[in-house]
Amino acid sequence: MSIWFGQHRAALVDAVRRLASSPLNSALSLLVIGIALALPAAGWLAIDNLRAAVGNVAQIQQISVFLTTDASARDIADIEKRLRSSGIGRFRFVPRDEALKHLQAREGMADLVAGLPRNPLPDAFVVDAENATPVALEEAARTFADWPKVEHVQLDSAWVRRFDAFLRIARLAVGLLGALFAAGLAAITFNTIRLQILAHAAEIEVARLIGAGDDFVRRPFQYYGALQGMLGGLLAVGMVAGGGALLAGPAGELATLYGGSFALRGPSPLEIGALAGGGALLGWLGAQVSVALHLRRFG
Amino acid sequence: MITASAVCKRYAEGREALKDVSFDIADGDFAYITGRSGAGKTTLFRLFAAIERPSSGGIVVNGQNLAALGRKAVPYLRRNIGLVFQDQKLLFDRNALANVLLPLSIVGLPAREAERRALAALDKVGLLDRAKAMPVALSGGEQQRLAIARAVVNRPSLLLADEPTANLDTDSATDILGIFRAFHQVGVTVVVATHDPQALADVKPRVLRLDSGRLLSDSPLGAAPPSAGGLATGGAAR
Ligand SMILES: Nc1ncnc2c1ncn2[C@@H]1O[C@H](COP(=O)(O)OP(=O)(O)OP(=O)(O)O)[C@@H](O)[C@H]1O
Ligand SMILES: [Mg+2]
Repeated sequence: MSIWFGQHRAALVDAVRRLASSPLNSALSLLVIGIALALPAAGWLAIDNLRAAVGNVAQIQQISVFLTTDASARDIADIEKRLRSSGIGRFRFVPRDEALKHLQAREGMADLVAGLPRNPLPDAFVVDAENATPVALEEAARTFADWPKVEHVQLDSAWVRRFDAFLRIARLAVGLLGALFAAGLAAITFNTIRLQILAHAAEIEVARLIGAGDDFVRRPFQYYGALQGMLGGLLAVGMVAGGGALLAGPAGELATLYGGSFALRGPSPLEIGALAGGGALLGWLGAQVSVALHLRRFG
Repeated sequence: MITASAVCKRYAEGREALKDVSFDIADGDFAYITGRSGAGKTTLFRLFAAIERPSSGGIVVNGQNLAALGRKAVPYLRRNIGLVFQDQKLLFDRNALANVLLPLSIVGLPAREAERRALAALDKVGLLDRAKAMPVALSGGEQQRLAIARAVVNRPSLLLADEPTANLDTDSATDILGIFRAFHQVGVTVVVATHDPQALADVKPRVLRLDSGRLLSDSPLGAAPPSAGGLATGGAAR
């Protein structure tokens, strides 16, 4: 057990030494790996931030229920009761007079409204749906439309659906991008390890001749690949966090322009771990394949 | 310790390096293998260490039948053999001490114990004060001694040295042969390939003489009889 541990530690130390022995090459490989991992990671974070930002804009979750103009106070009370028992979320009654005042307050509308013989607007309920999916929202809207004295139900669902579909495509694209760059990372490691094996050919040959087994020869390269992948992952975290820091100010300003408050989210500890761990795993994988292929000629 | 029975080795191009060679080298023996260039000395060593496989015939080293030795078992066989290569195979990117440490890291010896053993091995070949020197900074004789230190650091029971005194002056060669005798004295089986007349002028040495892949003669030291085959039946096994 302690021999096993010692040999792994020795292999790790060896890998670190090999990485450090050619700093320029290592730095270039790390940069390439870092960029390869940073791009999908940035995409992932961008989507997540976008989702959060849009979630802050409440209107998209709003359903407006317009009543017929002949709806009586009792009808209104009835609908209010139905809405309450539906449990869809908070709602607010907007009487037609209030709606008219709102309209009047709008620029250029005052004259128009003044010219009207009577208030053409209906009473309405405005529902703020909580935690509802686009499908659930549409279903709720259809239910409301069937209630008595309901003239029209308006739901900004097309927008929500479009946004949802966009998110799904974007996620898929990021996933594909991630898979592509992951393969790229493994390929980069494969090649780096190939060059490493060539550079250490004399050592490998001698070690073989004096009794080194497969594991002894392979281990430093596997650690090298894993280490390089992990460092590349951490570099990607740095790039994404740096980019996020640069964007945080403008994004906050944009949010205030839309009357919201929104803080750009950086990579979470879990995501940092996933990038470093994923990088290490892919690096190890690339190294493993490379070693299996290129060490054959050492018998 | 080493048994070769009717060993033939034909290389890929069809050149026959060894033809029906049979002999025994017992535990604790000291034997020279001699013969002119191309006689097959190195080939024999490569067969002992399972670097090459015989085309036919059997070889048993340290009780292991090399013909039946699986790929995974080869490293373990080699760890029990000290090999001094004809071209030494030193690593020139690290100092003398690090060269001697390599076999110890292969068996996974803890660093401190490994360093102690490596320094002791360097001391035995008289290179303690050159431990931090890079191989290029060593003389030919010192490089040879470094190769021996690396071969013995794992305390093998069998030491195979291929032309360890080639290109050395008489005094250096005497030093090196003295080192081998010292190992022999403490019970190590030593086989030295050489065509150094000085070595062969040793006190009643056992000398296995190869010629173009055939065992010409075997002059055993002490009671061990010359093995059958060899001269008499050369080639008959095929
Ligand atoms: N890898 C190889 N492939 C083909 N032929 C080889 C190979 N190694 C050795 N030979 C041939 O086998 C024969 C024996 O070679 P070997 O190296 O065993 O001789 P040697 O006795 O060690 O010679 P020297 O004293 O020059 O070291 C030679 O004819 C050589 O050309
Ligand atoms: Mg030779």
